[in-house]
Amino acid sequence: MARIVGGVTTSHIPAIGNAMTNKLEQTPYWKRFFDGYEPVKEWLAKVEPDIAIVVYNDHGLNFFLNQMPTFSLGCADTYANSDEGWGLKTLASFEGDAQLSWHMAESIINQDFDIATCQEMLVDHGFSIPMALMWRHLPEWPVKAIPLAVNTVQHPIPSAKRCLALGNALRNAIESYPEDLKVVIFGTGGMSHQLQGERAGMINVDYDLQCMESVINDPDWLASQTTTEIIENAGTEGVEVIHWLVMRGALHPNVEVLHKHYHVPISNTGAGVLILENAHA
Amino acid sequence: MTWKKHGYDSIPGTYVFNGETSHASYPLNKLLFSFNHEENREEFAADPAAYADKYGLSEEQKTALVNDDFLGMIRMGANIYYLAKLAVPRGFSVQDAGAAFQGVTTEQFQKNLEAKGEGVIDKLKERGYWNG
Repeated sequence: MARIVGGVTTSHIPAIGNAMTNKLEQTPYWKRFFDGYEPVKEWLAKVEPDIAIVVYNDHGLNFFLNQMPTFSLGCADTYANSDEGWGLKTLASFEGDAQLSWHMAESIINQDFDIATCQEMLVDHGFSIPMALMWRHLPEWPVKAIPLAVNTVQHPIPSAKRCLALGNALRNAIESYPEDLKVVIFGTGGMSHQLQGERAGMINVDYDLQCMESVINDPDWLASQTTTEIIENAGTEGVEVIHWLVMRGALHPNVEVLHKHYHVPISNTGAGVLILENAHA
Repeated sequence: MTWKKHGYDSIPGTYVFNGETSHASYPLNKLLFSFNHEENREEFAADPAAYADKYGLSEEQKTALVNDDFLGMIRMGANIYYLAKLAVPRGFSVQDAGAAFQGVTTEQFQKNLEAKGEGVIDKLKERGYWNG
């Protein structure tokens, strides 16, 4: 049977992509941020996952405002990265696992989550930067990857509570797949930041740290907050932290915290990294 | 015919991108979305006003667009992620845009961001976070 070995949280901001392309990882501005990923890379090398499910939001590459699914799942054999107009280097395509994806879609929909299925899906920086953070040192991606996109661009967006519940459904879906696969889940985005309006540049360190502790020990704390409360505390773009709850909901209630790392600022944000390992991994 | 009010409407300096804004600004965001393609960025650069007309922008939207008036476009309902597809190829970073929103220099905006990191390491050490 497939099993979830654990989850990782990570930022996915474009500035990280540019820093990697330009090899700035060891410059004073970036060193502490990137060094905090070394334990994640070591953990991934040790557990050797077969599949990475990346929970992120599309920022206007695959989805335009003409059609905006609340939750959508890649169900293809391959996913391409492409020009988003932001000057980011386009990364190599990602191999998918269509059989697992379709099993997940069926299981999730049978659990009353009406997720959209995508047989062609371009993946933007929200997906590609986490993959590069984990595995750019290898000649090719060592896992198959499945994109799970959450609309956090155009309101109404799903509630934090709904994201946690989707994670629960995701766990049931993966754990009922007959193939013997090891799955890791990346909850990406955040943390607090606001890019737009006169409040641009807000960062809320205390709230970020509360969110990290909540995702570890008490996901209901974050899951019980309204979208307005999260915007007030984390900024309009900081609402991406709800992606973390999808990841957390897919793990067991009790997890082992193998690593926690926070750095502020990178570009306009606070950045949080967690490795949460399922007890049986 | 009325747009519903939301709790987040009263957060200062904040323009939540919702159905109301997205509906009002659809042609503007569609234009910005087109900048995913290099040939469209080039066509726009060659004649911004003509490109605005092609997408059916209002005069107000067009004026903001051709003048790189980022706050004006945000207030008219441009989505920030779509706006970045205009700003970045034209040499503006997200910090430049943030500074423009606040009416401060980019240097000051970046200094304010750096200040958010002061004293954080001690807080992290107390709470068992990794620190190299």
